[in-house]
Amino acid sequence: MSPLQNALVSIGDLNRDDISHIMKLSAIFSEVLRRDIPKVPTLRGKTMAMVFSEDSTRTRTSFEIAAKKLSMDILSLNSSQSSMKKGESLKDTLANLHAIGADGFVIRHSSSGVPTQASTWMTVPVINAGDGCHEHPTQALLDCYTLIERFDTPGNYTTDGTILNCFNGMTVTIVGDVEHSRVARSLVIMLDMLGAKTTLCGPGTLMPRHVNKWPVRVSYHLDEVLPETQVCYILRLQNERGSGTYLPSIREYAMNWGIDSKRASLLPETAVIMHPGPINRGVELAGEIADSSRSLILNQASNGVAVRMAVIYLLLANPGDLTLNTGNFVPIRQANRMTDEPAS
Amino acid sequence: MTKVLLQGGTLVDATGIRSGLDVLIDDSEIAKIAPSISPPRGAHLIDCDGCMISPGLVDLHTHLREPGNEEAETIESGTRAAVAGGYTAVVCMPNTEPPIDNATVVRDILAMSKEALCAVIPAGTITVGRGGEKLSPMVEMNACGVKIFTDDGRGVQRASVMRRALEYASALGATIAQHCEVEDLTANTVMNEGYLSSIMGVQGAPNCAEELMLERDLELAALCNAQIHFMHLSTHGSVELVRRAKLAGMQITAEVTPHHISLTDDMLSGYNPIYKVNPPLRTREDITALVRALSDGTIDAIATDHAPHVRESKELPLDQAPPGMIGLETALAVAITVLKGDYSEIDTSRKDRSGNSQSSRAHSTKSNSTKSKYDNSSSARAGKINSSYSERLTVDPSVLQYSMNMIDIIAAMSWKPAAIAGLDVASGGRHGGPILPGAPANLTVFDPSASWKVDATQLLSKSRNSPFDGLSLTGKVRHTIYEGEPVYLDGRATK
Repeated sequence: MSPLQNALVSIGDLNRDDISHIMKLSAIFSEVLRRDIPKVPTLRGKTMAMVFSEDSTRTRTSFEIAAKKLSMDILSLNSSQSSMKKGESLKDTLANLHAIGADGFVIRHSSSGVPTQASTWMTVPVINAGDGCHEHPTQALLDCYTLIERFDTPGNYTTDGTILNCFNGMTVTIVGDVEHSRVARSLVIMLDMLGAKTTLCGPGTLMPRHVNKWPVRVSYHLDEVLPETQVCYILRLQNERGSGTYLPSIREYAMNWGIDSKRASLLPETAVIMHPGPINRGVELAGEIADSSRSLILNQASNGVAVRMAVIYLLLANPGDLTLNTGNFVPIRQANRMTDEPAS
Repeated sequence: MTKVLLQGGTLVDATGIRSGLDVLIDDSEIAKIAPSISPPRGAHLIDCDGCMISPGLVDLHTHLREPGNEEAETIESGTRAAVAGGYTAVVCMPNTEPPIDNATVVRDILAMSKEALCAVIPAGTITVGRGGEKLSPMVEMNACGVKIFTDDGRGVQRASVMRRALEYASALGATIAQHCEVEDLTANTVMNEGYLSSIMGVQGAPNCAEELMLERDLELAALCNAQIHFMHLSTHGSVELVRRAKLAGMQITAEVTPHHISLTDDMLSGYNPIYKVNPPLRTREDITALVRALSDGTIDAIATDHAPHVRESKELPLDQAPPGMIGLETALAVAITVLKGDYSEIDTSRKDRSGNSQSSRAHSTKSNSTKSKYDNSSSARAGKINSSYSERLTVDPSVLQYSMNMIDIIAAMSWKPAAIAGLDVASGGRHGGPILPGAPANLTVFDPSASWKVDATQLLSKSRNSPFDGLSLTGKVRHTIYEGEPVYLDGRATK
């Protein structure tokens, strides 16, 4: 059964069981990626259209590799090089790509809601690869995977669904520009669904006005929340915010909400640092912390491939083609050890 | 000339309600009103059984798009939509291309409107090019018949310019109509600022962006002792400001749109630009305050803000699509449905959908834990609200206590706006007056209890951007008589 109908535009399209299912599938694909020939023929003959109207390194390459590892063909479109530059509407562009042979769309757009709109126009699957300040659901999923990889304890998950147990009561602090962050919006929904305790911390101008109705705690004083933080999730500060009315200066931001060695030392010993990238070293995060052993930043990047394989697989594989079944479920933390696990 | 006999309707006008009367129209005037008039030879007979006959509706706020954007609407198509909605006069907004900021454009529009199905009264701009800096030549436009000046779509940002405009216009006996919006607070906004905009990751316009300008202009109008009309008010705070000013004796008027008394920002959850409008759709609290204000007379008029846009422009990303929705053909039905409809049905349908949209508001009484709130809201954001949206217009029960009688509803759509626009009989106009022998034959015939489902593809407007598409409404315009001529008959415009 696929939890995804025709689109993944918001992490809210999923429930807890769906996320659990995706995590297990991701573990399987993670194992695939460690094989000598890290590729499966599952989606051979299908074409994924990548429509990116905004710059991207990680997300784009990660989706492309994920599709290729599933043996898909890639139809890559950059709006700056396409007919959208000539004034063709996005709706027409997507319809034409579908007519040419796209079986699914991965869409990144600078305007919030475009993947949602696209999912109402198209009959083929649409995956949101980040839209404006709205959401970035696959980022939240790969963060979920990364956290399970780090915090889950063997034997903690014996039955279906409990793979997510490590999130119970987990204290996550999301630091920085929440107002403009699609990563934060997806994370907040997911962490709430999984039972974690989320704190948002940043300057008042970068907190959404109605954040009091979000399922989070809000703090404006980073030093006060760090000692009780297990996961310190740092958001990118866009430099242009420093020149506008949001912040007096980048320097003032870095002084008060940037994570340097001194601040990092306030964290519990087992706490981890995460960041969706790209990092502004020395602004929101000091280089030595980004490169330290408590940083999971590169794990996040590498896990993106398996997680996106799982999402693409769930959306595009024909139900009859389910050559992978979760009976082969590999616990994430021990993906290399291959312990016995019950079928789900 | 033509004789028209309206047979057996119920008359509703400022004098009250009279049943079982025939109305004989001769040329452009009402010739006779009696219980049973034998049809003169050659008279056009119109059966009005079960219908109400009111003075023709008057819209203070129509965008006809001509000249400049004829692809979206023309004077011809827009007035066809107007008569289909029961209107016999529309005030057309000056944000055309070129804008109506001088007498030449006014004369052009009046010339183009000669053959239109209803009266077209241009509003002029307050400032040249709607630029907010230099006063338009209001005297020369006033000489051509312009009585309302507005930069609609934009509020006059500078207080000093607004002050001069009020002084200049009031000396002419003309009215300044203000679109209240402090643009400094609304840059890049696409909807109401609230919980929903915060989780949708879009910029929202706070209520105070409207209220701050309204408050400023009340002070300026008091300073200049000037008449001022406030357009499309959308917040409960605005209502309070207007109420206080009226209690203090200020001569001000205000309007509200059908969509602002019937739809909330929940409609935006699927990022569908059809629901993008300026000012934005607000909340249930605001709707209740606006309905109350209509029922107690704080708000004088219902005006459509009929804003046609071509389909392509409403298929852009939400932040790039233009704001605006059409409304001429649904206004009376929305007003009747919200203000007087059969509430037992409406109330039920609301309960039906409470599991979806209602709980998407975090402060919903149903949600008892933060978690469930968020789960619901996130599914709402995925567009599930729209797919499950009831076919009936949903009205919060709190508006029930402010339901209005039919005379007051028609007052807000006919003679009150006629007076604001200077089109009433007392001002020498031909609209909104009581239905009496010798009065101008500008009449609307509507069935107050007919239920119908809006199908945007069937509307007479050139554009399709109706937020009521697919919804069932109560109250249907049957016929419209303009200057004695049946211009809209049984669902058909005659031209």
